[in-house]
Amino acid sequence: MVGAALAQLDRSLKQALPLILTALIALLSVVPLPIPEYAVLAPNLVLICAFYWIVHRPDLFPAWGAFAIGLFDDALSGAPLGLNAFVLLVVHATITGQHKFFRGKAFWLIWASFAVLSAAVAVATLLLVFIVMKVVAAPGLFLAQLGLTIAIYPAAAALLGRIQRLFLPGG
Amino acid sequence: MARSGPALKLAAPLKVLAQRLAFTGLLGASVGLMVMAKAEAPIVERARMLVADAVVPVLDAVGKPIDTAARWVDTARHYADVHEENRRLREENLRLLHWQQVARNLEAENRALRDAQRVTTEPGLTFVTARVVADAGGAFVRSVLIAAGARDGIAKGQPALVPDGLVGRVGETGERAARVLLLTDLNSHVPVQIEGTRDRAILDGDNSDQPRLVFLSSGAKPQIGDRIVTSGDGGVFPPGLPVGIVVQTGDQGVRVRPFVEFHRLDAVRIVDYGLAGALPVGAPPPQPRRAR
Repeated sequence: MVGAALAQLDRSLKQALPLILTALIALLSVVPLPIPEYAVLAPNLVLICAFYWIVHRPDLFPAWGAFAIGLFDDALSGAPLGLNAFVLLVVHATITGQHKFFRGKAFWLIWASFAVLSAAVAVATLLLVFIVMKVVAAPGLFLAQLGLTIAIYPAAAALLGRIQRLFLPGG
Repeated sequence: MARSGPALKLAAPLKVLAQRLAFTGLLGASVGLMVMAKAEAPIVERARMLVADAVVPVLDAVGKPIDTAARWVDTARHYADVHEENRRLREENLRLLHWQQVARNLEAENRALRDAQRVTTEPGLTFVTARVVADAGGAFVRSVLIAAGARDGIAKGQPALVPDGLVGRVGETGERAARVLLLTDLNSHVPVQIEGTRDRAILDGDNSDQPRLVFLSSGAKPQIGDRIVTSGDGGVFPPGLPVGIVVQTGDQGVRVRPFVEFHRLDAVRIVDYGLAGALPVGAPPPQPRRAR
């Protein structure tokens, strides 16, 4: 009885792993580091993590999860509430809509898709920020952050892949 | 687990429909939230600070080892140039002793003048020192989250300082967390003056490292190297707080480099000068105490 309950708990926790991990990364990415301009240039780790899981385990990263994590990120980062929720929802819909395309594709193709998608996210964010806050954000910073986000994806994906194989084998 | 039959045939499209509806609902909710955020609905701020209140203890715990590591690096670096530092401090000490004498003379003179004019002294200020636990980047907000809130006596609008100078002001308060809007944030507009000439201006953040001086009083000619301090206009900041130094003049506009190094903030002091100004009141009167 207890064994079965524990096994069930273990399974539930593992299945919640993609969401928990992404929320954790959203939390950790606001911890201040004593590096000049880090807060501005920091790569969008939440986007990387969400993209990875939606591509590889869409069953464990539902739309409501994308919404909730986006809201959490907005509340933490001081962005207009709803901004990242909206962006992550659209990312979710885009990836799940093209799910067949991603299945079993070579890594570089997924990386390229990530690059295109994160560029689209950056542009959409610029636009939304302009609409909501009447502010033209510094495009140079956006480009630098985008470049970093794309550059770091392979390393981050490798790490997430390890975690996936360790805790969610066969997925 | 394989099931078949009419029930499944009906269930699949229904499930897709439900998913589409849920997605549309969530998308609508996020747009609605953005509209409310744009209208600066108080409930949005409250929701945001509720999340901040919940995560601040975690962020506080996570940030401590990072602070410690940064301090070790600093210490190691200081050991390397301890002799040079010593020499510099000795010289500075001599200079400061001179200033101390000047300050004493001025204090005595001030007292004498006050006595003569029967000036009432300002009420004592109170302050709270709080750790910076989150640094919100992004190209459109410059703010930090601190581990002290309304229960520590922090209220919206109060200035945040470090020994180097003005950091910004409190933008949102939760129970145990508050968000400090930095001088460089787009929504930061600080009434300042050029020290010496007392020419008035507004220091406008634009999310770059060097905020702009705008609405300079006519005839003002700021020079590179001029010190900028708060003017006290508008009643949000008391006059004379060090803000920054002019680093650019000319057609491109006047830009100021703040004295504060924002990436090195580990604690700020939130000061209550008892200035109600144009800001809502309602917070309990603060007591001087240290919040973690």
